Amino acid sequence: MALYFFTPFIAIILTILGGGIIFYILGFNPIEALKFYFITPISNLYGFSELLLKATPLCLIAIGLSFCFKSNNWNIGAEGQLTFGAIVGGGVALLFYNQEGFYILPLVILAGAIGGMIFALIPAILKTYFNTNEILVSLMLVYVSKLLLDYLVVGPWSNPEGFNFPETRQFSDSSRMPLLFEGLRIHAGIFLALAAVMLSWFILYKTYLGFQIKVSGLSLKTAKYAGFKGKTMILVVFMISGACAGLAGVGEITGPIGQLHRMISPDYGFTAIIVAFLGRLNPFGIIFASLVVALTYLGAETAQIFLQIPKYTGQVFQGMILFFLLASDYLLFFKVKILSLKKNELRH
Amino acid sequence: MSLDISFIGILIGSIMASSVPLILAASGELITERSGVLNLGVEGMMIIGAISGFALMVITDNLFIAIVGSMLSGVIISLIFGFLTQSLLTNHVATGLALTIFGIGLSAMLGKNFVGIPGKEFPILFSSLRESIPFFGPILFGHSIVLYFAFALPFLTNYFLKKTKLGLVVRAVGDSPVSASNQGINVILVRYCCILYGGAMCGLAGAYLSLIYTPQWIENMTAGRGWIALALVVFATWSPIKVLIGALIFGGITILQLHMQAIGFRIPVQFLSALPYLMTIIVLVVISRDSRKIKLNTPTSLGRIFYKEK
Repeated sequence: MALYFFTPFIAIILTILGGGIIFYILGFNPIEALKFYFITPISNLYGFSELLLKATPLCLIAIGLSFCFKSNNWNIGAEGQLTFGAIVGGGVALLFYNQEGFYILPLVILAGAIGGMIFALIPAILKTYFNTNEILVSLMLVYVSKLLLDYLVVGPWSNPEGFNFPETRQFSDSSRMPLLFEGLRIHAGIFLALAAVMLSWFILYKTYLGFQIKVSGLSLKTAKYAGFKGKTMILVVFMISGACAGLAGVGEITGPIGQLHRMISPDYGFTAIIVAFLGRLNPFGIIFASLVVALTYLGAETAQIFLQIPKYTGQVFQGMILFFLLASDYLLFFKVKILSLKKNELRH
Repeated sequence: MSLDISFIGILIGSIMASSVPLILAASGELITERSGVLNLGVEGMMIIGAISGFALMVITDNLFIAIVGSMLSGVIISLIFGFLTQSLLTNHVATGLALTIFGIGLSAMLGKNFVGIPGKEFPILFSSLRESIPFFGPILFGHSIVLYFAFALPFLTNYFLKKTKLGLVVRAVGDSPVSASNQGINVILVRYCCILYGGAMCGLAGAYLSLIYTPQWIENMTAGRGWIALALVVFATWSPIKVLIGALIFGGITILQLHMQAIGFRIPVQFLSALPYLMTIIVLVVISRDSRKIKLNTPTSLGRIFYKEK
């Protein structure tokens, strides 16, 4: 068990080493490049706030995904649920674009969560009633939602005074997440993420639903034998997951962005899959993992400025983390094998 | 009227050209999936093929080396996936996603110095016939050799899977790895080969984009084609000939939306772009409802980890 939570650290160390080697091959001083990547970005207060800002959506989505993954439901379309949540939440925010009121932000947030939930229900319903593969359906829907957003921001929802830029009006101040500190971009959305962590811990470890989820993940046969309502559970985990992704989307548009445009998420929905794995599907592990992965986003931005390398390099690190993490699981597999061998020996 | 007909000929020719990367990547992925392996890394392998093909063309000034190199780089990058999923028994979905994310990042890193360099003209075959025959000329002639290969590939794949012993082995491994293994087939080796073959085809698909279709290097230039190729395999219910038809439909939608924009057609472009994805979902629903239909061609053990007790 200790090894299970230890291997993510091995993966991170190997990723840093691997990154150094790639930088060396590309002709950079690896130590210096890695410093720009992992230390410079968080060496001041502003950087630290940016880290939390990027970790917030990652943490929220990964928490939601942990429900799906724990119960063996492969929702990989969180990016789509995030986008659709942002569309629905953003739509509500645009309704109130020239109004102020304390009730607006809660409405916008609620709309975002419901939007994500509805969008996640599509693969869930198709899976439960038509036996379709949820991996492919949720993935296809990512592109559908992104195209829908694109249509809305260039078409019906584009800012009438916006000179045909592909963006909507600015939201009113009442639809914006309150900032936590003057001059920093970190906003109240982080409390949503923390609440999600607490709530998910409670649901997963203290309720009957959580028990059902875990049993179904370990063995579908056992779950059936125990008489769990499999279909309802699939719908529920997808709804939780979609709501979390929708919240993340709404947090982005009401937080740092303040309107809808094409680029509301740098693939947070896909990267959160890495976060969920790195955090071992454990609520508190996910907090840690979201900070680590958020750092790769920040590092890529810093490296772009100081080393003139494209910011896509963040994805090299994200990909490597997952590679190494999955590979290091082999150690666990091995240990299980050794243990089971020992047990067999004892029996004979 | 003759103008219209020759225009339609050119239109069909351009639809064929735009479907080539989809045919290549989907045919490769089809073999991989038929062996029971779900590799979601298509997009990543394609973009790696695109940058390595283009970089090799700039460095060596030799298109043959560029094409072969792009396939090799696809093989190398898919080897990571193969090693992880087959030797270290990792989850196919997660590993494939990691491969795509990694590939997009690595290609941008490698391609940093190749942005803005103009590409080289790729030789086309039978260019004189293209001009002289009115309707069929632009359809049949004046294409690159890669296009002809791509259009032959689904038929070759079909023949391979249905008529050869090796094809039978691949299908057996995908349908029931345990029985295949009991028959003395090295399941892991077969799956490795299918993964690497898929990588080579995805690499070629990427090189087609950066060397022939739009001869230049742009970051993230595959622009989701890898995901469409993945959808296409499902859309085609794992049958190679249907991959060809599906690729023409999906490629046709891409070309149509360009023309519709030009003549000011009122359907928003985004709805047309979303069609391939929506159609794939509908096909999935239709084939999944009928369990007999899905069993006909679907590799039964798709995405499941096979582990041989020693």
